[in-house]
Amino acid sequence: MTETRSRAFYILSAVFALYVLFLYGPTITILVLSFQGPSGGMTFPMNGVSLHWFHNLWAGIGVPNVVDALSNSLKLGIVVTIITVVISILAGYAFRRRFRGQDALFFTAIASLILPSIIVSLGIALEFQLFNQTITAWGDSLVENYVDIENPTAWTNFLGFIGSSIQDNFQTLMGLFTSGLGAHLTWTLPFGLLIMFAVFNRFNPAYEEAARDLGASPWQTFRFVVLPMILPSLIGVALFGFTLSWDEIARSSQAVGSANTLPLTLRGLTTTVTTPVIYALGTVTTAVSFAVIGTAILTLLIVQARRRRHGSDAGRGV
Amino acid sequence: MLDEKSRWTPYWQAAPLAIVFLVFFVLPLAITFMVSFWTYTGYSIEPALVGDNYASAFDKCIDSLPDLCTTFRTYLSTLKFCLMVWLITLVLGFTIAYYLVFEIKSPTTRIVLALLTTIPFWTSNVIRMISWIPLLGRNGLVNQALMGAGITHEPVDWLLYSSFSVTLSLVHINTVFMIVPILNSMSRIDKSLIEAAYDNGASAWQTIWNVIVPLSKTGIAIGSIFVITVVMGDFISIGLMGGQQIASAGKVIETQITALQFPIAAANAIVLLAVVLMIIWTLLRFVDIRKEL
Repeated sequence: MTETRSRAFYILSAVFALYVLFLYGPTITILVLSFQGPSGGMTFPMNGVSLHWFHNLWAGIGVPNVVDALSNSLKLGIVVTIITVVISILAGYAFRRRFRGQDALFFTAIASLILPSIIVSLGIALEFQLFNQTITAWGDSLVENYVDIENPTAWTNFLGFIGSSIQDNFQTLMGLFTSGLGAHLTWTLPFGLLIMFAVFNRFNPAYEEAARDLGASPWQTFRFVVLPMILPSLIGVALFGFTLSWDEIARSSQAVGSANTLPLTLRGLTTTVTTPVIYALGTVTTAVSFAVIGTAILTLLIVQARRRRHGSDAGRGV
Repeated sequence: MLDEKSRWTPYWQAAPLAIVFLVFFVLPLAITFMVSFWTYTGYSIEPALVGDNYASAFDKCIDSLPDLCTTFRTYLSTLKFCLMVWLITLVLGFTIAYYLVFEIKSPTTRIVLALLTTIPFWTSNVIRMISWIPLLGRNGLVNQALMGAGITHEPVDWLLYSSFSVTLSLVHINTVFMIVPILNSMSRIDKSLIEAAYDNGASAWQTIWNVIVPLSKTGIAIGSIFVITVVMGDFISIGLMGGQQIASAGKVIETQITALQFPIAAANAIVLLAVVLMIIWTLLRFVDIRKEL
C-alpha cells in the first residue's frame, strides 16, 4: 500500500515527537546529571563524569536514611502487588455473576480511584488515631478498675495485666503494613478491578464449560484453563500494583506513621539537599521502575511468543 | 445448575475487596465527616457536635464580601489551575489520541507509541517534578539558552517555583489520564463513518468536530474527571513546584494536619469533597460511564 501521507500526518508527528520529548526530556536530564563529577553542581555544565553521587547516596543521606526508605518502599510494594493481584482475581470472578451490592461495590471502587488522595489519607489517619485513643483509654480503664484492688481473682489480675501492658507498650496501630498498606490498596485495587473487568468481558466461558465437562475440578479449571489465558492481564495488574505503590506519595503522606516511604523521603530531601545526590536517588528510583516495567513487558512478549509457538490446536483436525 | 453452595460464591469472592474498601475508604470518609464536628486538644480529638470547624474554614467569608476571604481565594486559585490544566491536557490528549488512532496505520506501531506515552505514568511523580529543576532553575538550561541567545540578560525567575512551573508539572504528569480514555473511545469509532463524512464533503475540521468529538465524548468525560479531581486535591505538585508558596485546597488541609488541627482539616476535607463531587456530578450528566466497560 503506497498511500501518500497527508500534511496533517507530518504536523501531528511533530507534535507527538515534541510531546515525547517533553515527557522524557526532564527525566533524561537528571539521569545525565546524576553522573556529575564530585565538584559539579545541580545544573549543567557537567564537571566530569563520576559515580561519586551514587557512592554518596549509598553511604546514606538524610534522616531517616534513604536506604531504609528504599527498602521500606520495596517491601511494601511487593506486599501490595501480591494482595492486589489476589484480590483483583477474586473480585473479577465475583463480578461475572450477579450479586447483591454489586453496583455499590463498583461505585465505591471508582470513588476510591477519583476522590482526592489528601481526603483518603486524612480519613485513614483519623481512623487510626481513633483506634489508638480507644485502645489507650481501654488500657487506662482496665488499670484503674483491676490493678491494686481488694479481693483480686485470676480474671481481674489478667485484665489488670492487659491494662498495664497496654499502658507500657502500646504506642500506635499506624504503620507501614497497617494504615500504609491500606492506603496503597485503595489506589491499586481500582486499577486491578478495571483490568479484570476488561479481561472477563472478553472471556469466553465455553473454555471453562469444556474443562468442567472433561471432569476438571473448579481449582483445576482455574489453574490449567483460566489462569494461563488471563496471565498477560495479571502481569498488567501486578505492574500497576507495584509501580503505583512504589511511587505513591499523596495517600501515604498522612497514613504511613513514622516509617517513611521513598517518595516521601525524596520530597523531604528536595528542601534540604542541594547536591546532585538527589538526582542519583532519582536515577536509582527510576531504574527500579524501568526494571519492573521492562520485566513486565518482556514477560508479556515471552508469553505471546510461546502461545504462537505452541498455540491452540483449534482447527487442526486432531 | 446453580446449587445452594455456588449461590454464595460471588459473595466470598467479592468479600476481600469489599472489606479493604470498607476499612480503608468508606469508614475513613465517615470518620472524617464525624470528626469535622469534633473539638480537639493539643494531643487528642474529642467527641462533640460543634460547627466551629466549618466556621473557621469559612472565617469571615460572608462578612467580608464582596472581598474574597482566604478560603474563597484558595478555591478560586485551585479552580484556576484546574481549568488551565484541564484545557491544556484536553487539547494535547485529544490531539495525541487522534494521531495514534487515525494517522498511525500499523497496529504494532500504535501499541508501541501508546506505550511510550504511558510508561512515565509508572515512574515516580516526585522525580518527574524534581527533573524540572535543572531545566527551569535560575542557572538552568532554559535560562542558559535564553541568555546565550541574548533574549534576556538576567535569568528569568518565574520559570521555577511559580504558577507556571506548577501548571507545567501538572500537565506533564496528568496528560496521560486524558490520552488513555480518549484513545479507548476513539479506537471504537467505525472508520467507515469518517469516510462517509469525507464522501459527503465534510472538511477535516468538520469531521473532527461533528463526528469524532461526539463519538469520543465518553473518553473525554472520563479523562476530564480524572484530571480535574487530581488537580482539585493536589498538594504535592503545588507544594514542590510552587516552592511551598502557593495555596491550594489540598495544601490547606495538609498544613492543618501538620498543625494537628485534625477537626478543622476534616471540615476542610468535607468542603473539598463536596466541591469535587459537584464537579463529577456535572460531568457525569454528559455520559454513562458504565457503557465504556
